[in-house]
Amino acid sequence: MSKRSNLGANAAAFLAGLVFAVGLVLGGMTQPAKVIAFLDYFGGAWDPSLAFVMGGAILVHAPIYALVVRRRSQPMLQARFQIPKRRELTFPLIAGSALFGAGWGLGGYCPGPGLVSLPTLGLEALTFVGAMTVGMLIHHLLTRTSDSEKAAVVAPRAGRADA
Amino acid sequence: MDHSSFTPLMSLAGGALIGLSASILLVANGRIAGISGIYGSAITGGSGPGLWRWLFLAGLVLGGGVLFGLMPASFAVVIDRPLWAIALAGLLVGVGTRFGSGCTSGHGVCGMSRLSRRSLVATAVFLTTGGVTVVLARLLGGAS
Repeated sequence: MSKRSNLGANAAAFLAGLVFAVGLVLGGMTQPAKVIAFLDYFGGAWDPSLAFVMGGAILVHAPIYALVVRRRSQPMLQARFQIPKRRELTFPLIAGSALFGAGWGLGGYCPGPGLVSLPTLGLEALTFVGAMTVGMLIHHLLTRTSDSEKAAVVAPRAGRADA
Repeated sequence: MDHSSFTPLMSLAGGALIGLSASILLVANGRIAGISGIYGSAITGGSGPGLWRWLFLAGLVLGGGVLFGLMPASFAVVIDRPLWAIALAGLLVGVGTRFGSGCTSGHGVCGMSRLSRRSLVATAVFLTTGGVTVVLARLLGGAS
């Protein structure tokens, strides 16, 4: 943990979280039946609403992103932009996205709406977020060897650890 | 199961707010508003100091709580999926988004907005497997 705390940056993150939640709820993303009706492209009762969520978000964010990267060398409250620069299409990217889509279609929740629905204390939302957390921890365990900081603290590891 | 209604204006407005949120995080903090990355890094303690991640998540959950009080119908579950299927869904979403480096927000909104090739492909893939899964789920189970 760094000692430096940046009140403004933390406040901005909190505000962004709040606004994101409102957007997800108004957009209809916290209604699994609506999500499934969107993904059911050829089911006869297709609800295209969620395409408008993605469209609206891109309509706002894309021009701002283009402007920001052109005009600014750093963000307002932090030292630098941390934006993924990778371009290669990898197996984990595609297989992971395929699994994610399957889970999204099965449960009707993606990560944001699951978290936003936690305060309902509904059994579905709690189950979904609990299982999603387990899934993320499984990924963390499987990929830990490449996580240098952590692995180095635990023990020096040879290239491949089994178990 | 009666199908939900088409809500283009509300969904567009909600989307615009998501775009605004992603823009706040980008302009102020230089970060990508990818929920799976923020949550995944927060719970595993990866990618450096992460107080801002917990605060983003706190805003997300608090916002959810307030809105649930105001408009509970917007959180209606009404799907014919057994709980074990929801659990399996959560596992798939957790593992998949982390291996795939993103979800609907990180790839679908932020990545698409900057025309990232990886995000375009990821979004096409999860929109496809999501659709296939919905069809399979209807064919295989959940006789409602």
